[in-house]
Amino acid sequence: MKAGDMAELAMRNLREALLRNSLTTLGVGVGIASLVAMLSLGVGLQELATKRLTRSGLFDSVFVAPRTNIRGFGRAFREGPEKPEEPRALDEDARQQITRLANVIEVYPQIRFLSEVRYLGNPYTTVVAGIPESASANDAYEGMTGTFFSGPSADEAILQIEFAKELSDQPKTLVGKDVVLRYMERQAIPAQARADTAKADDTGVLSSGFSLVPREKSFRIVGVIETDPAVGFGGFGGGRLLIPNEVAEHLRIAQMNDLRGLMSGNTRKPGYGSLTVRVKNPRDITNVENAIKQMGFSAFSLLDATRNLRLVFTVFDLLLGIFGSLALAVASLGIINTLVMAILERRREIGILKALGAADRDVSQLFFAEAGAMGVTGGILGIAIGWLIGRAITLGTNIYLSRQGLNAVRISSVPWWLALSALGFAIVVSLAAGIYPASRAARLNPVDALRYE
Amino acid sequence: MQDGQSAIRTDKATRHYRLGEEFIRAVDEVSLEVRAGEFLALLGSSGSGKSTLLNLLAGMDRPTSGAIHVHGRNLAEMSASELAQHRRKIVGMVFQAFNLLPKMTLEENVELPLRLAEVERGERQARVREALERVRLGTRLRHRPTELSGGEQQRGALARALVNRPSILLADEPTGNLDSANGEQILTLLREINQSLGMTIVMVTHERALAERFADRVAVMSDGKLIEDGVKT
Repeated sequence: MKAGDMAELAMRNLREALLRNSLTTLGVGVGIASLVAMLSLGVGLQELATKRLTRSGLFDSVFVAPRTNIRGFGRAFREGPEKPEEPRALDEDARQQITRLANVIEVYPQIRFLSEVRYLGNPYTTVVAGIPESASANDAYEGMTGTFFSGPSADEAILQIEFAKELSDQPKTLVGKDVVLRYMERQAIPAQARADTAKADDTGVLSSGFSLVPREKSFRIVGVIETDPAVGFGGFGGGRLLIPNEVAEHLRIAQMNDLRGLMSGNTRKPGYGSLTVRVKNPRDITNVENAIKQMGFSAFSLLDATRNLRLVFTVFDLLLGIFGSLALAVASLGIINTLVMAILERRREIGILKALGAADRDVSQLFFAEAGAMGVTGGILGIAIGWLIGRAITLGTNIYLSRQGLNAVRISSVPWWLALSALGFAIVVSLAAGIYPASRAARLNPVDALRYE
Repeated sequence: MQDGQSAIRTDKATRHYRLGEEFIRAVDEVSLEVRAGEFLALLGSSGSGKSTLLNLLAGMDRPTSGAIHVHGRNLAEMSASELAQHRRKIVGMVFQAFNLLPKMTLEENVELPLRLAEVERGERQARVREALERVRLGTRLRHRPTELSGGEQQRGALARALVNRPSILLADEPTGNLDSANGEQILTLLREINQSLGMTIVMVTHERALAERFADRVAVMSDGKLIEDGVKT
């Protein structure tokens, strides 16, 4: 029999016992719904975690440091022929070279320093951190009071809530107010003066190449942030007053690596303690990391952590899928039961079909078509119900999060591949459930079947 | 198929089966020949084996031993799918209980063998109408079997048996569930089909008078054996 005729007959047969077949189909739908709902939570949570981690800037970044930072700086004090080869300085030239690497979208230094902040004439000591422009996409800034910096060179500041509370009992009212930052600017000493200083020193330690000059700069508070935003690797926590990274760089504030350079005698050019290199896509990490290592720097990333994360979620999805499939297994028993009942009821009909020339294959295909139709309908129904369950769980979660003062999240997701896989799975399970009834119907002896009343 | 050629030939066709402890010889070494275009009535009392023999000729059952040749091909040696093809293309069947599917209209019932034979949809309608016109049911296409009288149902079943244009029509007690007027009408139709289309007909019945009146030849079975085979008196 042709497929179209087979489908037509199958649908007609299903309509004949509408209630029973609808209940069986609903059973398949519930099975698929439980599977889809479970997996949609797994997928949604994975997407949420991946998105959060990606937006944190940790998983699309390579962290670069001069090799001296890793090997220790005590060697510079030693004298003699065994003095090791001088490692490459992580300076502006190196930064430009890294910027030119393929798939690199941003290179910025980690700037964090202890500073005095004056507000309404009162001094407060806190940690100031430079924030790159790209950090505006970070989830930490969602729902903040005020706004992110208006531009990369704006003299604006964002206060972390704990620090803001030190400044005012009503921290959110600080937006629009000004604070004054007092800091030590690193200022190069003219060449002649440096030579004189070196001559006067006979301890063997090289003299400094810069002086520290106290400065003040006013910043307009544009936002107050509740969370403690990550600012690349090593930037977790600590930053209580956040300013644009570009502005922070222009302040030329003396940092820890300047002191290291001072002690190692490398004061020719101001260098960076570390650089954060952001790439277009996490999959570009390895190539960029290797290229930076070949340039003579230490480079590392948290890529392995994302791999482990993916593995954890795969196992999680597998477990959810197994639990979700249990309901489908029960539903498949429903299909077997329904079709076996149909054989008993339609015994005479099967006999007539065979007497009219239906081959065993035609009869079995008819039952497979009926099982498949229940699978398709139940699958589509199940995907819709599963999607709704996922939405309901997300809604309930967000109501709870909202009451806790937290931002809404999307914890369930039904991507197209999940919907298609679920539909395919429903059809496969239904057809598998149809194997026994179909073969039993096909084996019926037409003479016996026609005798059946 | 031309007159005189053998359409059906059974050679010691035997069908035995076991019913509990009892060994039943439903058909016992029956040798019979039916010429093409012949109308054979197979007479016998209940349990004589005539319906079993008809099922063997239809390819719905297999002989325990012996051979059943239809148009020269031995049904005993055919595979299940070849037997299905035999039922689909070579023979048409009419049953005592009509056996129309109640969920389908008369038109759909008659169309069913065409679906099984994978006849194009466009051709089906014309053939269904032609078959129903032949049995004078052209106006009852959309009726379900329950909306038809017994005689109409049997005529519908006859149209279904004819729609694939088989060369052999096998009728198992076609008048058994009908009153005498409707029974006579069916037999008149069978005779008409036999004569106008030259179709070979084997009809099982237990009504000798009707058999002798409409059939070319009457064969009688008893206890699974063919006890009489000859032209009608």
